[in-house]
Amino acid sequence: MKRAPLLFLNVFIIAICGLIYELLAGTLSSYVLGDSVTQFSIIIGTYLFAMGVGSYLSRFIDKNIANRFVEVELAVAVVGGFSAPLLFLTFANLSYFAIVLYGIVFIIGMLVGLEIPLLMRILKDELDFKDLVSRVLAFDYIGALVASLLFPIFFVPRLGLNRTSLFFGMLNAAIAIWGTWLLEPLLKRHITLLRVKGAVIMILLAIAFIKSDRLTTLAEDSLYVDNIIYSKSSHYQRIIVTKGKTGYALFLNGNLQFSSFDEYRYHEALVHPVFSVFRGEPKRVLVLGGGDGLALREIEKYPSVEFIQLVDLDPDMTNISNAVPALGELNRHSFQDQRVHVANADAFVWLDSVDSEPFDVVVIDFPDPNNFALGKLYTTRFYNLLKKKIRPDSAVVVQTTSPLMARKSFWCVAATLEAAGYDVRPYYTTVPSFGVWGYALASLSPFDVPSKVRDGIDTKFINAEMMPSMFEFPKDTERPSEPLEVNRLDNQALVRYYEAEWRRFEP
Amino acid sequence: MTLSRRELLTLFLGAPFAFAACRDTSERKLPEGEIVGQSANIGHILREGRTFEVPQANWETKKVAIVGAGIAGLSAAWRLNGKGFGDVAVIELEKEAGGTSRSGKGDPVNYPWGAHYLPVPFAENTDLVTLLDEMQILEPRNASSEIHAKEEFLCREPEERVFYKGRWYEGLYLNAGASTDDKQQYDRFYAEVNKWIGFRDAKGRRAFVLPVAHCSDDAEVTALDKLSFGEWLTQNGFTSERLRWYCDYACRDDYGLKLEQTSAWAGLFYFCSRVKKSGDESQPFITVPEGNGQFVNHFLAKVSDKVRKNWMAVSIEPKENGVEITCLVDGELRGIRCEKMIFAGPMFTAPYAIRGFRDAPPFDAAEFQHNAWFVANLHLKDRPVTRFRSDFPLAWDNVLYESPSLGYVTATHQKGIDYGPTILSYYYPMCAEENARTKLFDYDRDAIAEVCLSDMERAHKDIRELTTRLDVMRWGHAMISPRPNFIWSGVRQKALEPYRNIYFAHTDLGGVALFEEAFYHGLRAADAILA
Repeated sequence: MKRAPLLFLNVFIIAICGLIYELLAGTLSSYVLGDSVTQFSIIIGTYLFAMGVGSYLSRFIDKNIANRFVEVELAVAVVGGFSAPLLFLTFANLSYFAIVLYGIVFIIGMLVGLEIPLLMRILKDELDFKDLVSRVLAFDYIGALVASLLFPIFFVPRLGLNRTSLFFGMLNAAIAIWGTWLLEPLLKRHITLLRVKGAVIMILLAIAFIKSDRLTTLAEDSLYVDNIIYSKSSHYQRIIVTKGKTGYALFLNGNLQFSSFDEYRYHEALVHPVFSVFRGEPKRVLVLGGGDGLALREIEKYPSVEFIQLVDLDPDMTNISNAVPALGELNRHSFQDQRVHVANADAFVWLDSVDSEPFDVVVIDFPDPNNFALGKLYTTRFYNLLKKKIRPDSAVVVQTTSPLMARKSFWCVAATLEAAGYDVRPYYTTVPSFGVWGYALASLSPFDVPSKVRDGIDTKFINAEMMPSMFEFPKDTERPSEPLEVNRLDNQALVRYYEAEWRRFEP
Repeated sequence: MTLSRRELLTLFLGAPFAFAACRDTSERKLPEGEIVGQSANIGHILREGRTFEVPQANWETKKVAIVGAGIAGLSAAWRLNGKGFGDVAVIELEKEAGGTSRSGKGDPVNYPWGAHYLPVPFAENTDLVTLLDEMQILEPRNASSEIHAKEEFLCREPEERVFYKGRWYEGLYLNAGASTDDKQQYDRFYAEVNKWIGFRDAKGRRAFVLPVAHCSDDAEVTALDKLSFGEWLTQNGFTSERLRWYCDYACRDDYGLKLEQTSAWAGLFYFCSRVKKSGDESQPFITVPEGNGQFVNHFLAKVSDKVRKNWMAVSIEPKENGVEITCLVDGELRGIRCEKMIFAGPMFTAPYAIRGFRDAPPFDAAEFQHNAWFVANLHLKDRPVTRFRSDFPLAWDNVLYESPSLGYVTATHQKGIDYGPTILSYYYPMCAEENARTKLFDYDRDAIAEVCLSDMERAHKDIRELTTRLDVMRWGHAMISPRPNFIWSGVRQKALEPYRNIYFAHTDLGGVALFEEAFYHGLRAADAILA
């Protein structure tokens, strides 16, 4: 009789652990695969179903019930404990992710489903059936409540997903080891072996717990709606390519870079106006950023262009057309053009350290300035360094984030270019995936707003009719009346504007 | 001396940390590296007070000799050279010129061995403005416009971050978790600072300005020198732990002294002397990867033909019409006879080097006390991994709240090199501890490297893996200590007077170890000779 209350504590902890694993799987799958409603729904369904399978299978266990019970607990400790780290590791190889995810959920569910019936059978000689059912199930459900409250409030914010998973694995293993004493009279042989197994599992989980820092570098809070077909943590950023109904999309550190459905709008608006501003025959073109090769595709339409220098930090980006053939098709194999020369370097350092003949046209297509390393690429210092690579009549275009979502940031870039001595013509267009998106044309000598695309250039979006309208700002995006700070290396004003403005749209 | 790792870490980083660090028994490897700079022994030859006989053929004659090629000596040489005064020799004991502004050449950038920034001077500091114009550090301007440094020389944002309980936060003052009382005390502290920034005495002088020679000597101001900064904070009701840490850090950073060891005058000087008017931000910092080595290099570009490295002045003998200097060069004795001499070494060495000084001391040289430091330069093959998304990113100056060190400066920061190999300069002041110098020189490179890496490991678990080289500079007499009752005791003022034909020039004479002071006293001594 003395055993029973302690075994109820056992039930309580088992219930907590079981629900935690389920919540972990749901959270991870919605991080990785997106759409949390679908993911949680499927995970919960799979898990409950697997518990049912486990309960059903318990009838086939006849002998050594106590031994089996401890072994099942140890198995839950291993599979549950390592579930989150395993899923994080699998995330890098996405074709297996769903299989591993549902496989793990099913196995854990099944093992947990086995536990309660086995435990009830162990206890059946010690309690009335009425008491037994009411107490076991009561502790089971109280455990579930505790788990569901602790998980979001304490464990995810304090320990993170990996450590939560490993922590409960250890708790599970501890319960199993404790069980070998609690159930000692019922255990048939092999008690020492069970304890050794328990100790080994405990040690493995503890090692993983201590070393789990290395596992948590993944973007834990990114949401991807579509299926991920490529993911890689390069030296510089996390690259994700997804495929959905409307086509392909590229994300860097969780931020959308383009969607194949409407990227032509973005890239035509980026490239063709600046070519119209340059008055002579454009021969030498400099592209800073733009490692997806989509701006290159537009630039290569100009037959007069003889030399294109592309500077992008990340070799994994400039090689992505090889890794994801669909993107190669999308950029029409723009990197294979003989005119293209690629330098993998930080554009700031490249401008500061590499000598080059002047360029006629410069296309600057960096990610938005959401950190200091990117913010420096939008400073007066950067635009002053650029002057050494251009002539007075050269034409420059800069992607400058959304004038609607981040109005100050947008106009801060214009003000910065002006402060560096450029004549500036900001403009914008609509790219459904992004919203209202902005650019700035700039040149060291005064120039007029372009009125048409150069003759003979084939476009899907831009035409002479709409070109002038891109330079007319409606009231909600026009230059703010209050003066804006110029973005300098020593103030990084743009990063602060950008952070303040985009933070408003975060969930 | 051999100590266990725990004893070593207890000595340098404190017992609680040593205990925590020593629980981790994983294998610790040390990167290669060496002690750079001269050993203390050479300087200590002076103390023996031997007599030296220079062979007749080894004597030469110069108009002016400058002993010491730190910033003061080089500034003096630069000024004399600028006035067309060429018959000058600058004698330097070490194998490199530059004193505590020395720097190292590295890849991908150079790195500092000591002083590593200069706040943009006020327009009134015309000599320093002239130097910065000559170096093309300042923006071109007309007579009426304000002084601005060029963007590439101004410390790039983010400038500072602080590591506290496992996380990095923006800035130097720890805002995270500050209570209402902390914030009120912080605001009240700055109100007090702003009061002093706005102070003008009857002669229109500021309370705190650079150089120190231009500060007000009103009793109201100099009274601050009689108590420690810690006492001043307490007297004014500043009890906030993080505010006191912030002030303590300021003292350790600028003076190598703790709050309780620093004069309140010097403590307020730190906060007030670089702010133009009440409420303004502090003047922005001029910095490059090699730190103040850029000034050394500029001076050397003008006067390197006059600088003699590895020349040790062992005896300086004032004569009726000049000075005779005996030097030890490669084991050989050489002599310089000059009309005037500038003594640009630390003041405490004057009695050892200058004959007759001790018999009738013009000032009490022992009053000029210095503290010891070590600086380690860590060559990293890649950047430390960011542990938390919310961590504030790598900055120029990275401070560890719970450490007696000052943290580290990132050499690549100013060049915009944000990826790949870098060099981190780690600073550790020995805060006027008893026997600090002995403590420092008793340890070899490996022991100091172990202290540095153990400390850095608090914030960067991967630091040992990433560090490919770790060199150490031990500064036995790094900085003059502005402890209470020193700056305004009168001893500095006495040392401003020439001793026979010897003029003194050193940052010691300002009482604070700053480039501006060394530069000012270098020029002052040169101008006195030119007059």
